[in-house]
Amino acid sequence: MRRRDFLYVSGIGLGASMLQSVPVIGRDIAMEEALIPVDTALKKRLADVALNAARSKGATYADVRIGRYLNQFLTTRENRVENISNTESYGMGIRVIANGSWGFASIDQLTEDNIARAAATAVQIAKVNSKLLTEPVKLASQRGYGEVSWKTPIEKNAFEIPIKEKTELLLAVNDAAMKGGANYINSSLFLVNEQKYFASTEGSYIDQDVHRLWPTFTVTKIDPKSGKFETRNSLSSPMGMGYEYLIPKKEEEIDGLFTIYKNRYNMLEDVTTATRHVDEKLRSKPVEAGKYDLVIDPTNLFLTIHESVGHPSELDRVLGYEANYAGTSFLTLDKWESKKFKFGSDIVNFEADKTQKGSLAAVGYDDEGVKCKNWDIIKDGILVNYQTIRDQAHILGLPESQGCCYADSWSSVQFQRMPNVSLKPGKAALSPADMIKNVEKGIYIFGRNSYSIDQQRYNFQFSGQLCFEIKDGKIGGLLKDVAYQANTQEFWNACSAICDEKDYRTGGSFFDGKGQPSQVSAVSHGCSTTLFKGVNVINTGRKI
Amino acid sequence: MSILSKEEAQALLKKVLSYSKADECEVNLNGSDAGNIRYARNSVSTSGGISQNTLVVSSAFGKKLGVATINEFDDESLKKVVQRAEETAMLAPENPEFVSFLGPQTYPASPTFVQSTANMGPKERADAVAASLQISKDNKLNAAGFLENNTSYAAMMNSKGLFAYNTSTGVSFNVTLRTEDGKGSGYATKSYNDFSKLDVKGATASAATKAASSASARALEPGKYTVILEPAAALVLLENLFFGMDGRQADEGRSFMSKPGGLTKLGEKLVDERVNIYSDPFHPELPTSTWSGDGRPQEKINWIENGVMKNLFYSRYWAQKKGIKATPAPDAVIMAGTDQSLEDLIKGTEKGILVTRLWYIRSVDPQTVLLTGLTRDGTFYIENGEIKFPVKNFRFNESPIIMLNNLEALGKPERTVSGESNTNALIPPMKIRDFTFSSLSDAV
Repeated sequence: MRRRDFLYVSGIGLGASMLQSVPVIGRDIAMEEALIPVDTALKKRLADVALNAARSKGATYADVRIGRYLNQFLTTRENRVENISNTESYGMGIRVIANGSWGFASIDQLTEDNIARAAATAVQIAKVNSKLLTEPVKLASQRGYGEVSWKTPIEKNAFEIPIKEKTELLLAVNDAAMKGGANYINSSLFLVNEQKYFASTEGSYIDQDVHRLWPTFTVTKIDPKSGKFETRNSLSSPMGMGYEYLIPKKEEEIDGLFTIYKNRYNMLEDVTTATRHVDEKLRSKPVEAGKYDLVIDPTNLFLTIHESVGHPSELDRVLGYEANYAGTSFLTLDKWESKKFKFGSDIVNFEADKTQKGSLAAVGYDDEGVKCKNWDIIKDGILVNYQTIRDQAHILGLPESQGCCYADSWSSVQFQRMPNVSLKPGKAALSPADMIKNVEKGIYIFGRNSYSIDQQRYNFQFSGQLCFEIKDGKIGGLLKDVAYQANTQEFWNACSAICDEKDYRTGGSFFDGKGQPSQVSAVSHGCSTTLFKGVNVINTGRKI
Repeated sequence: MSILSKEEAQALLKKVLSYSKADECEVNLNGSDAGNIRYARNSVSTSGGISQNTLVVSSAFGKKLGVATINEFDDESLKKVVQRAEETAMLAPENPEFVSFLGPQTYPASPTFVQSTANMGPKERADAVAASLQISKDNKLNAAGFLENNTSYAAMMNSKGLFAYNTSTGVSFNVTLRTEDGKGSGYATKSYNDFSKLDVKGATASAATKAASSASARALEPGKYTVILEPAAALVLLENLFFGMDGRQADEGRSFMSKPGGLTKLGEKLVDERVNIYSDPFHPELPTSTWSGDGRPQEKINWIENGVMKNLFYSRYWAQKKGIKATPAPDAVIMAGTDQSLEDLIKGTEKGILVTRLWYIRSVDPQTVLLTGLTRDGTFYIENGEIKFPVKNFRFNESPIIMLNNLEALGKPERTVSGESNTNALIPPMKIRDFTFSSLSDAV
């Protein structure tokens, strides 16, 4: 599902008829059937049919992914359930190298004849396209792992929780908002289960069971006199977890200006706070444009990290493979080769990690059979590495891939996607409250809102759900029409303090778009509350 | 699986309906065969062929609705999917907004299928890309591009006697050419139902010219400028206006169309009187399906006429509640223009900026439709009717409502495709005064 399609599906006012007008991504299923994975022996047999057929047609390398992708999507508004959808998509994607060129074909009718035909199509495409190659594909070496498996470490499978329990939670959330004086509330819960099987001619047969979920809401209140409306979105995070994320736990809460959440989320409490915030937003004063010190909470900063650190360090962008769509990158190879490119201030350290528990991008093995790991991208402010897959590793002189290959469906070809990229917490003890004490003129920002960045990742503009004024070390009222604009390198060099690990949280993007045809991926970004000195803030208020 | 004919689809849908025990049942069926080729660094990269089918069953008992889908079409699977939809309906809470399915409708045939596009295969795609790559290499440029074609069908039938069927083809091509030093970049995007209309060489050559002429751009101060937006740049702004024309959101007080007291701006003049925007499934340059996903006929509709907001789209439930016609959202929009070419607009400009593409458009304020984003792949300074020099890219903060009030001139509409949403539209190039650029970007 493309990002835009999801926004449409999850948008305000969704009805059954509207759902039918968006691309249908899978088939609905009775959940008890879907929870029993396709037999591994059958998958191995089907995979071998594909691998043998590809080899017999002249492929020098082949991999096959058999995927069953389950989604459950519950949407509600006010006192009613708008939609409950269980979808399943099952099929196979075959990728080959023939005459030094990539070829790919995918099918949803997995008979042996169809599989052989698809393998032949993939090889045919590779051979036809090889005439347009400047140099043959060069794969980093990768050993076969034999038959192995991996599963997201979940406590409660969210698909096994009765639908009634999930809709009751969402309706209770809506009820709390309406009782608090909201005009409208939309809430939803989105569950993902990727049951995927990978096999390659190098001898890997990898069975994985990946789980993710995202609870969210939007509270709306309208001022009857002016007709102005304000909204406040949930401060939840999409997670690579089971339903346990929705079971509140005191140890996972941080008391500050209001309660914020780490690896557990109290949706009922957050919606109550949100409804109060919407009232305050309607009464908030417009920001005066100018330079401010920004204290940015992880619920906002994760997205700035995603756009300004995660994307520019993707090696495919750096090399130009995304030049026609997602763009290229200012983090060119010469900057990496110099070993002294000052991406950020000395306290800025970013780590890529495909193994982080609870994160969206965590898997055991990537979608070309490489075991996942972690590595530094920015160390003490200096650019030290990128994100790579097997056909790129040689460009950096790496002996093996960093395991960043992903496809969003059996029907999509796998390519380089972002691992979790996170800002390491400060080493010295520092809480957000202590950080704010030293800020004379600043803004304290929570929650994701509007975000935009150029195609080489220099110039960005972000806004938040909540922007509190800071004056002489004290937090004041909410400001409206706030957006911060900066140049990536200047912004991260203006990073002057990072709270310690007690404040560390992850945020995530559930539908990050890239590639042609466009694919989505899910990725997390961890950080603690961080202070940036002297950032440009604009006022976005207009009259029409 | 191959594309099902009308008769094959009808027989399959009848079979599915024969298994239904629900009060009402509606079945949607669609499928596609698609192929694509992608290239970058003057060389082919990834490519593929994708074949997919989906059957969606909606079963209703009273106001309880269940939906189930499947992608296997043997008798057992078809029986199973109907049963699953019915079981889901039984478990679902009653939806007070459920509206009984539509009865029989009459749809004219959609002129959306072209055989030459359906005939495309790996070789046709590779040949087209080879021609594009040649232009890039001849001009010492670096090409990245994407060519995709698809053939699809859609059908629906329900227990009230409605049946609809359509086939469609599409081909889209887009390419970015960059100078070897990375200081210049140009883009072209084209999309048609008919492959024979696609001029890959012409589009690549246009991107090559922009790449070469945009190198070594100069920085201008951000601020308010007269701009000429090429159709691809105008569409990514205007589509946010179209997406926001939902009648229910307007009535509920949470859109740019809302007024205090539950009123809306429907019937009011919101933009310059030269603005006329409509949809028409039979437009020869942009044919679309004659029926929407829930079976409502798609007809020619005026959305904005002489600057006045004439129509909004509604769900069937909300239209019924309000006692008005349930107009569906359009598949594509058309904005009327003049006979002036882009060059004519440039000639008539004393000082201004030519914007060829806009990128990463996001809503900043839904109440004013304020959008932000950046120029990309060729931005030029115009003085005394001529392009003088390339300028560095800007970030803008602007609303299409304000922009269409600041309209200076319109050119001749052409079919273009949104780089943001993939939506096709017929949009003229347009000249706008006081367009707000808020900062500079170093990106090329």
